[in-house]
Amino acid sequence: MTGLLHRVAEADRPPIRLSVDGREITALAGDTLLTALLVAGARLRDSEFGDGTRAGFCLMGACQDCWVWTEAGARLRACSTPAEPGMRILTGAAPWP
Amino acid sequence: MAVTGDGVIVVGAGPAGIRAAERLVAAGIRPTVVEESARDGGQIYRRQPEGFRRPPEALYGADSAKARALHEAAQALHPRVDWRPGTLVWAIRDGTLLVNRAGQHEALPFRHLILATGATDRIMPLPGWTLPGVTSLGGAQIALKAQGCVIGREPVFLGTGPLLYLVAWQYLKAGVAVRGVLDTSAFAKRVLAAPWLAARPGLLARGLAYTAALRRAGVRIATNITPLEVEGEDRVAALRWRDAAGVEHRAACDGIGMGYGLRPETQLADLAGCAFAFDGGARLWLPVTDGDGRSSVPCVYLAGDGAQIRGADAAELAGRLAACAALRDSGRAVDELEMATLRRRLAGMTRFRRGLERAFPYPAHLAADLPDETLVCRCEAITAGALRQAGGEYGAAEVNRAKAFSRTGMGRCQGRMCGPAAAEVLAAARGIPMAQAGRLRGAAPVKPLPLATEAAP
Ligand SMILES: Cc1cc2nc3c(=O)[nH]c(=O)nc-3n(C[C@H](O)[C@H](O)[C@H](O)COP(=O)(O)OP(=O)(O)OC[C@H]3O[C@@H](n4cnc5c(N)ncnc54)[C@H](O)[C@@H]3O)c2cc1C
Repeated sequence: MTGLLHRVAEADRPPIRLSVDGREITALAGDTLLTALLVAGARLRDSEFGDGTRAGFCLMGACQDCWVWTEAGARLRACSTPAEPGMRILTGAAPWP
Repeated sequence: MAVTGDGVIVVGAGPAGIRAAERLVAAGIRPTVVEESARDGGQIYRRQPEGFRRPPEALYGADSAKARALHEAAQALHPRVDWRPGTLVWAIRDGTLLVNRAGQHEALPFRHLILATGATDRIMPLPGWTLPGVTSLGGAQIALKAQGCVIGREPVFLGTGPLLYLVAWQYLKAGVAVRGVLDTSAFAKRVLAAPWLAARPGLLARGLAYTAALRRAGVRIATNITPLEVEGEDRVAALRWRDAAGVEHRAACDGIGMGYGLRPETQLADLAGCAFAFDGGARLWLPVTDGDGRSSVPCVYLAGDGAQIRGADAAELAGRLAACAALRDSGRAVDELEMATLRRRLAGMTRFRRGLERAFPYPAHLAADLPDETLVCRCEAITAGALRQAGGEYGAAEVNRAKAFSRTGMGRCQGRMCGPAAAEVLAAARGIPMAQAGRLRGAAPVKPLPLATEAAP
């Protein structure tokens, strides 16, 4: 499946690898976590109210709809967190505390 | 506790905050500047991450000279201020800011506080707007500016206001096949607003040029439209809308950027105890200021889009003016001519702002017709129907009461996305003027903190 975001510029940055739901993805140094995940896919999390998939909305740290979890249980706001090599991210399962 | 940096704190390093800090430094003060983002610049002059190579001309277009000047001013300030990037102000209590940087807490007492917190997109929900692929207009622009990405190869832009046309044009320039620019405002409103818009002929001309370029490229532009629904299973597939003649259309698309102007970020002003008043032109509750930036609370000043939406040029002037006011109030001499000049230049920008409100009004009328099942609050999945029930059956007379019944605005965004629309839904359901529907009050923390911090006492 194609991602939600498409690169149109700045594509010659060094690649980095991270894992999303146990699957390896390639992103670029300087990507936010939101960019890394949405170039590779079309979801960030499930709404805890059962109304479907969410993939962020405002991209500027205001709507709080792009939180993802690390496998270690930390909660990260994807739009304002830089993607780092080796990050292990989960888009499902983890409940909002 | 020691008061840091001469006890003057500026929150926000956008155009308003940077110019405020610069003026304070010119008076020999070393202010503390707190900014949530990693880099300064604010929204319009948002910087791309280190390692990106596009020149300012590519990022900021006609505003690149201003962007460059502001970034240089900010850079020059770094050694002269207590510069705290990546730091969120999450509460204000007893003359002290509570800040958080990467999970680390700190309390910063202040004697004078300048809030330059900016704005975010103003939203009107529609069925399906939580589907992946729908972003705010500002979000669509940030994807492009700060990450070199687009939200779709065939996107539609929906909403109203100058940013609608600007973002569509920026996407066109990036080589994207824009599938439509759908504006809820009638074109006639723009004509009627012309006398106010003429206060800034340059900006007016620029707006017209974007529209002309979009038309030349064959992009469909429709005004006076009614948005109906975003269609799609797990992601956006189409937007259904109705034209002014009542004919329904379906625009297939793989992304939607939506926004209806901007709303000021006022939670911190609220926590500082500032008085608010309803602004009929903007249909928003805004913090009260005296024109120079003084709020109703002594030693708390407001500048830029966080006080009222007047755009980046006005934000620079208002930041400097608020700093002048703070200097004067602390007993330092400030030339009256400087302040008078700033006030005069701001007056024209206020007039232009009033023109924009007339030309591109927030589509309040849509709130009454939102289907009951429409999600208004995306944090807590509260529907328009639940809000109407709170207003009707439970007799919630204003938004804070409705919030207690329906949880709208209790979510983690604190009503940033749903607040203005929720008040319109409630006002329409109860048949009361918007001013009586009240405003959602800010609460600490103004944004969710990292888990580790929340656990701390
Ligand atoms: C997404 C978006 C895109 C825009 N694009 C354009 C455009 O292309 N052209 C145009 O003319 N105008 C645009 N505008 C409007 C323009 O950005 C503003 O007029 C201008 O930036 C206002 O300057 P400011 O200093 O008041 O606020 P901002 O530039 O928004 O700066 C406010 C700063 O305060 C910080 N802040 C807020 N709250 C806190 C807190 N609690 N703790 C710490 N820091 C905080 C923010 O991170 C931000 O950096 C846009 C606005 C938005 C929201």
